Amino acid sequence: MYVAVKGGERAIENAHAFLDEERRGDPSVAELSVPQIREQLALAVNRVMAEGSLYDPDLAALAIKQARGDMIEAVFLLRAYRTTLPRFAASSPIDTGAMACVRRISATFKDAPGGQVLGPTFDYTHRLLDFALLAEGEPPLAPQAEPATGPVPHITSFLNRDGLIEREEPSDEMPPDLTREPLELPANRALRLQALTRGDEGFVLGLAYSTQRGYGRTHAFVGELRIGTVAVEVDIPELGFAVEVGEIEVTECETVNQFKGSKTEPPQFTRGYGLVFGQSERKAISMSLVDRALRWKELGEDNIGAPAQDEEFVLSHADNVQATGFLEHIKLPHYVDFQSELELIRRLRAEAAKEAAE
Amino acid sequence: MEDYNFAYLDEQTKRMIRRALMKAVAIPGYQVPFASREMPMPYGWGTGGVQVTAACLTPEDQLKVIDQGADDTTNAVSIRKFFQRTAGVAVTEATAEATVIQTRHRIPETPLTEGQILVYQVPIPEPLRFLEPREVETRRMHALEDYGLMHVKLYEDIAKHGEIATSYAYPVKVEGRYVMDPSPIPKFDNPKLGGNAALQLFGAGREQRIYALPPYTQVVSLDFEDHPFVASKADHPCALCGATDSYLDEVIVDDEGGRMFVCSDTDYCTGRQQAWTEDAA
Repeated sequence: MYVAVKGGERAIENAHAFLDEERRGDPSVAELSVPQIREQLALAVNRVMAEGSLYDPDLAALAIKQARGDMIEAVFLLRAYRTTLPRFAASSPIDTGAMACVRRISATFKDAPGGQVLGPTFDYTHRLLDFALLAEGEPPLAPQAEPATGPVPHITSFLNRDGLIEREEPSDEMPPDLTREPLELPANRALRLQALTRGDEGFVLGLAYSTQRGYGRTHAFVGELRIGTVAVEVDIPELGFAVEVGEIEVTECETVNQFKGSKTEPPQFTRGYGLVFGQSERKAISMSLVDRALRWKELGEDNIGAPAQDEEFVLSHADNVQATGFLEHIKLPHYVDFQSELELIRRLRAEAAKEAAE
Repeated sequence: MEDYNFAYLDEQTKRMIRRALMKAVAIPGYQVPFASREMPMPYGWGTGGVQVTAACLTPEDQLKVIDQGADDTTNAVSIRKFFQRTAGVAVTEATAEATVIQTRHRIPETPLTEGQILVYQVPIPEPLRFLEPREVETRRMHALEDYGLMHVKLYEDIAKHGEIATSYAYPVKVEGRYVMDPSPIPKFDNPKLGGNAALQLFGAGREQRIYALPPYTQVVSLDFEDHPFVASKADHPCALCGATDSYLDEVIVDDEGGRMFVCSDTDYCTGRQQAWTEDAA
């Protein structure tokens, strides 16, 4: 007779226990510690912090461990935790001009004040599997130089001086907060940048790539890419000045984009901007390309119908926690809807058969 | 779970949701944007409904959670357990005893009464979404009461198929003003939307929208005079309780095409079976 296919509480609990066991893997292999993940899978940690919108390398490493390395699941864990945190202050804007850079490169100028610093990059490595890593052992220490102490001004500011690049006027306007207000369109640039910086790396990369291949081409050069630590300061009203509460590592990318001028703007270089938590170079560059593509309206450019120019399309689909949740919800029971569809199809088929017979 | 506030969300967030709910009740059928939070369950799995329920719950409430009409489907179990852990409220499977009912895809068969709240989980709140993908555009269409596109779609269905080929999430018009998506309930349930004594609240978490039907609101399923709306169901009685007035799930019982039909509303079905047994005794 009728056996109800129902997931009781016990089935759920047992499934979770099974999952825990699978996460641990073979118990004869040493367990991975959270500090190991934080230190040795740092780029994964950075990605989870960026898309999770929470700067906490320990929690991000914990999330990666708990999620068995599923990055989107780890992002989700961090986001769900983030929601429960109280907000006791908003920081002053970080000053990336005062960044202690570990890496700083420009594709537009051979040299500039502050110099080019390659830093810890995969660029120019030959992608050959390093079988030496199979054996455990410490790598030789990297040669050290005295840290440069001079100022490291933003490279696009040199173009600014000659009026060759559009000016970014500072503004005291309070940026909207994507995590505290519903997304309403049209969005201003600050809101778009928020959505992009926490957007899925793969999605933003794909969109950026599409602009390079002609779907909303913006002719981007990396004017400057810098990675390093910046101080986070909070204004304390009782004290009347800002106090440094910590340091974060960020990646900043400024693109210089060719622009022939439009009805409203003279010919000059324009900008795309990317800023991402941690060392997240691919994401920061992608973000600045998509940012630039989305600015077609304010620059008086034509909308050629490219996906990367479509604000609603980009902003509505960039969030991987939203996307994965909705995508995977089709695993949930839909008996009722499916049943009503079944009846409809049977009815339509019966009518079609009747008509064919007549 | 002392680490979390009652019903998980902090009071500020609940206040924000309640404000959206008040607005939704004041303008029946209108989609109110709200700052949906990330919940500890995935988007698309009832986060909108969970937030609305969290904002409505009081410690005295009796909560019922159903998915596909059943109290014991996995996601219903999971959401019920979430509120047991975070709010410690009493739970029930009996529709009549519940003060708050969170549902996915069904309206209970037992008529609801005044004072009860029915919370729907909504995947896509915009009834015009599959006709026009842009939110900017659909909001404008609602503002101007520009529903021509919807009527054309329904007309085209009739021209092509001889009937309106929408069997669930069947669009309705609320108080003669807003066209509303009733969430993916089968159209069999549509007649229960209007004139209902309970307060009906709809939460779409991922899409950040809340809307509502206050008690006794007029709700009309869209149709044409010569093609009136018909609430349909499988043409069978329930194989377990014999009900002829309830929505039925089809269950495959063997690999030779054998099937049976049973109530999707498990509380309704069990109640009828118990009444039978008592009568017999």
